[in-house]
Amino acid sequence: MDREMAIEVRDLVKRFGSFTANDRLTFDVYKGEIFGFLGANGAGKTTAMRILCGLSRPTSGRVTVAGIDSGNPEAIKRRIGYMSQRFSLYEDLTVNENLELYGGIYGMTMKEIRQRREELLQRLSFTGYCETLIQALPLGLRQKLAFAVAVFHEPEIVFLDEPTSGVDPVTRRQFWEMIYETASRGMTVFVTTHYMDEAEYCDRITIMSEGRIVALDSPSALREQHGTASVEELFVKIARPKNTNS
Amino acid sequence: MKRFMAFVRKEFLHIFRDVRTLIILFGIPATQILIFGYAVRTDLKNASIAVLDNAHDDVSNDLILKLEASDFFTISNRLNSYDDIDATFKKGKIKAVVIFPEDLAALLTRDGHATVSIIADASEPNTASLVTGYTSGILNDYSAALTKHITTGLPVISPEVRMYFNPNLESHFMFVPGVITLILIMVSALMTSVAIVREKESGTMEVLLVSPLKPWQIIVGKVAPYFFLSLVNIIVILLMAWFVFKLPVRGSIALLIAECMLYILMGLSFGILISTIVDKMENAIIITFMVLLLPGLLLSGFIFPIENMPKVYDYLSAILPPRWFIEIIRPIMIKGAGFVYVWKETLILAGMTLFLIVLSARKFKVRLEESSG
Repeated sequence: MDREMAIEVRDLVKRFGSFTANDRLTFDVYKGEIFGFLGANGAGKTTAMRILCGLSRPTSGRVTVAGIDSGNPEAIKRRIGYMSQRFSLYEDLTVNENLELYGGIYGMTMKEIRQRREELLQRLSFTGYCETLIQALPLGLRQKLAFAVAVFHEPEIVFLDEPTSGVDPVTRRQFWEMIYETASRGMTVFVTTHYMDEAEYCDRITIMSEGRIVALDSPSALREQHGTASVEELFVKIARPKNTNS
Repeated sequence: MKRFMAFVRKEFLHIFRDVRTLIILFGIPATQILIFGYAVRTDLKNASIAVLDNAHDDVSNDLILKLEASDFFTISNRLNSYDDIDATFKKGKIKAVVIFPEDLAALLTRDGHATVSIIADASEPNTASLVTGYTSGILNDYSAALTKHITTGLPVISPEVRMYFNPNLESHFMFVPGVITLILIMVSALMTSVAIVREKESGTMEVLLVSPLKPWQIIVGKVAPYFFLSLVNIIVILLMAWFVFKLPVRGSIALLIAECMLYILMGLSFGILISTIVDKMENAIIITFMVLLLPGLLLSGFIFPIENMPKVYDYLSAILPPRWFIEIIRPIMIKGAGFVYVWKETLILAGMTLFLIVLSARKFKVRLEESSG
């Protein structure tokens, strides 16, 4: 199978002093797929994601994102989108102003911004809210909008850092529909999550434990390999750090 | 550049949409000027004074009547000895004591000259100088009237003025430079540190860092609006001082503004430095208050003259940028001094600013690399 690569990671190591946060990670993310990144807190997910986003440099190893080497983070940053686990829109600005801000930061012209904004708001049936301050929006809408903002400049890859933490099940469902829709348009989605049911929605998942990748395949293949009924069971079986027990 | 402008625009939107920020930016300078301005009164009415009449002759009686008759004074105490003076002042109601020497009339006729002492409570420096001024005026009028009657010689009653508590009246007219010093710290250091920390707190900083904006663009974009607003603030303060209190800037306005810009830069870099250290807005506020604002208020010479402080505080205040800034703008504004008179202080302030810029830039870089989750 020779698919186009969105992200290539070879022997990525990241150390903080004597602590190894990422230990020889090697994986590929294909173009247009939804790639799930799973792991307990402290497993090294965020560190790896920060390196992929150009926020931090690997200690050793080779990382290529959207065809660009991690030695050139500025060029990477222009080609990706990012949504943090914390709500990242400006609450004292309106929907329009937030879109104009992020569009502007990513170098879009005012014309492009207006055009794409119309499309976007229509698709989300948001048209009535253009001039509404974010703080006046219901939580579910805000979360959807945050995602829409992250992909507003049509990046090649979008990184979602636990995008649905603290969101109700209905909104989560709608949120994943948006992710599917985005991926179907050819955008690569790299998502970290700790909801195991969400992992089932991904094309492929990788599970990290103590800085290493302990599993990497499609959810169904992994379930089969390990003989578990769900990803949750699988996760408990292989990703639990050896020194903690509950 | 376009990316940068989109970001700066957003920063202005934050400022103009937040009532509290606007109050701090424009309400506080205006009220401070008014409060300090009116606390420094320029007129005198019915000030309580005491007299110590050692003469008990025609001249002293006449003078006491004249003082009493003026609208400026009320003689509320008649003292019997020098020993009463200190106690009277300590009670605090008396603004000044006028002391007539023994044989006042006799001295005048014999020598043609006598001295009346005026001791003023200079813990309120402004009132003190007004009281002594008006009293001297009344004495001079009287002696002028006397000279018309006596043709031989020139009998003059000369007032001898002594300031009690604060002999050199240093805080006079200090309030405008002082208010500028404090306001600029509030706007530049306090508000920028809060604005940056707010982005950290809300998580938007992370998103900005992942964006193509370079870290320095983010920081400069955050502080640029405050630099601009600080300048607007200075102009508002100067205009108010001029129109409401008729306090002119005697020196060069361009020099004054340039020095203010330097000081604003200092404040901004201090704000950035704080924002790299703390993660919570409250902490940013507390640190700015404790490290810059409060010492700036107490030790910079704004309220208490540095000359009157114990040496330790003098040294302590030497590490505070506000102290040097006050020493720069006070002579420019009040004495009309040029750059030659303040270049040393300017150099010190510039050095401090450079130090803060370098330190905050370094800290900021370190923070970027270290923050991992």
